[in-house]
Amino acid sequence: MKEEFNIISNLIEENTRVLDVGCGNGDLMKFLQENKTKDIRGLEISKEKVQNCLSKGLTVIEGNAESDLKQFPKSSFDYVILSQTLQAFLNPELVINELLKVGKKVIVTIPNFGYWRVRLQLLFKGTMPVTENLPHEWYNTPNLHMCTIKDFYNFCSSKNIKIFKSIALKKSRISEINKSNLNYKNLDSHLGIFLIES
Amino acid sequence: MNKNIDTKKIIISNPLKLDCGKEINNFPIAYETYGELNSEKSNAILVFHALTGDQYVSGKNPITNKDGWWSYVVGENKPIDTNKFFVICANVIGGCMGSYGPSTINESTGKQIGTDFPIITINDMVNAQYELIKYLEIEKLFAVIGGSMGGMQVLQFVANFPDKAKLAIPIACTSSHSAQNIAFNELGRQAIMADSKWENGFYSNYKLNPDKGLAVARMAAHITYLSEKGLQEKFGRKLQDRDSLRYGFEADFQIESYLRYQGSVFVDRFDANSYLYITRAMDYFDLSKQHKGNLSDAFKETKTKFFVISFTSDWLYPTSENREIVIALNSIGADVGFVEIESDKGHDSFLLDVPSFLKTLGDYINSTYKVINERRI
Repeated sequence: MKEEFNIISNLIEENTRVLDVGCGNGDLMKFLQENKTKDIRGLEISKEKVQNCLSKGLTVIEGNAESDLKQFPKSSFDYVILSQTLQAFLNPELVINELLKVGKKVIVTIPNFGYWRVRLQLLFKGTMPVTENLPHEWYNTPNLHMCTIKDFYNFCSSKNIKIFKSIALKKSRISEINKSNLNYKNLDSHLGIFLIES
Repeated sequence: MNKNIDTKKIIISNPLKLDCGKEINNFPIAYETYGELNSEKSNAILVFHALTGDQYVSGKNPITNKDGWWSYVVGENKPIDTNKFFVICANVIGGCMGSYGPSTINESTGKQIGTDFPIITINDMVNAQYELIKYLEIEKLFAVIGGSMGGMQVLQFVANFPDKAKLAIPIACTSSHSAQNIAFNELGRQAIMADSKWENGFYSNYKLNPDKGLAVARMAAHITYLSEKGLQEKFGRKLQDRDSLRYGFEADFQIESYLRYQGSVFVDRFDANSYLYITRAMDYFDLSKQHKGNLSDAFKETKTKFFVISFTSDWLYPTSENREIVIALNSIGADVGFVEIESDKGHDSFLLDVPSFLKTLGDYINSTYKVINERRI
């Protein structure tokens, strides 16, 4: 978690306006508030988590990204963050489009289904992968649309979404993703982090 | 109501122009305070009361001898801790606990003003209370907070005085009174006015009181403050002090007995004309209409931080209406948090022991106070 927070924080310029979509218990918000900017909001679907955030004094709205991002005006945030949540939406494409409208830049992080440990489980065990990063069984997972780093990379190119920066994370090792190392990073990273713009 | 209790009171000498066009001056505002104002005057919280509330937020209400109406929220070591905050609450104008209202005695006639009292609005109530804040010499409040009609006053206060509160917490309210809510208020008013003892509002001249009408108004309103599930769980079809039905119109059912009791205790503490005037003020409340149909415009001048709260079982001021406030604030990039609290207790949830509400509210106020103070240093 800490590495992901650091990478996200490094992608954000100081004293900018940030929205964390699916902010959970507000850990990332708190981290950014201490390190980068005070002007940060959150959107979260779970009542309990919203209450936890508000208890910490964080400005969070209970709501659903698929229906409630519309209320924010175009480009009203410098950065919109979607941390490991894209796969849980019914319609990830719609959400990405909404994020790109609301934010001048968007940071998306993706638990990589192409990671070799994930692939091996399906290949050798013949069961749906369960890893540290993807701890659910197939029957109780909130993840509806798993994708790989390569899938997201290709998605951005096909939709003409500009990728400013793409970073791969393996344990605590950080590296850049580019066209030439894409296949390798897709195999050897557990998390992909993308800074994109429409 | 002619109350012979010492209430804190100031006389506002500045003329106040009301929305109805009339002007009032030299009128009383009754209020109460809890805790102490710190030397920087940075810990003041103005609480706005709801339709039948009063200035006695916490502790013992000297008139009813019951706990203050928001004792779960305000007091020592409560979510709004009076060891830390200076809490102010004023009786709204139109009310009957010492502020200027229809039961105020007209000095020249020696009689109650009755229905010669001018029609007032939420805007008028808020403007009158602002005079109290000026009198207390508080430049900027830490927070304004209130539920139901109190929440409407919170919204109106920030719209009128965009730089006078750092934090605004409207709870279980709306930015414009719905047809359903106007309908319920009209039912209550008609019950009062149908009582032959109402005497066109001049009942006190005849030493009368439209108790029956006011009690019916309260009973009907009380139902709207609860939820179907809450009623069913608490009362069901349970009988009142009897084993079987009596085949008559006495209160066979506990719910009947409960409502009759609610009606009867209410008439001891509340003035029928005040009920007419205050419900009318609520009906007239439409903050977006005040801003040419654009609610966001009401808040475009403000840097006040907002926290909007609604309750799942509140069908009088449902989450959807509270959300409209959030949407209006978001559309202008205001700083707004929002949560809908799970509760079976209906609209009254904000007055009752709902632990997740009390915890979230208290934690939020305290951590925000800390953040705002740290920033200042």
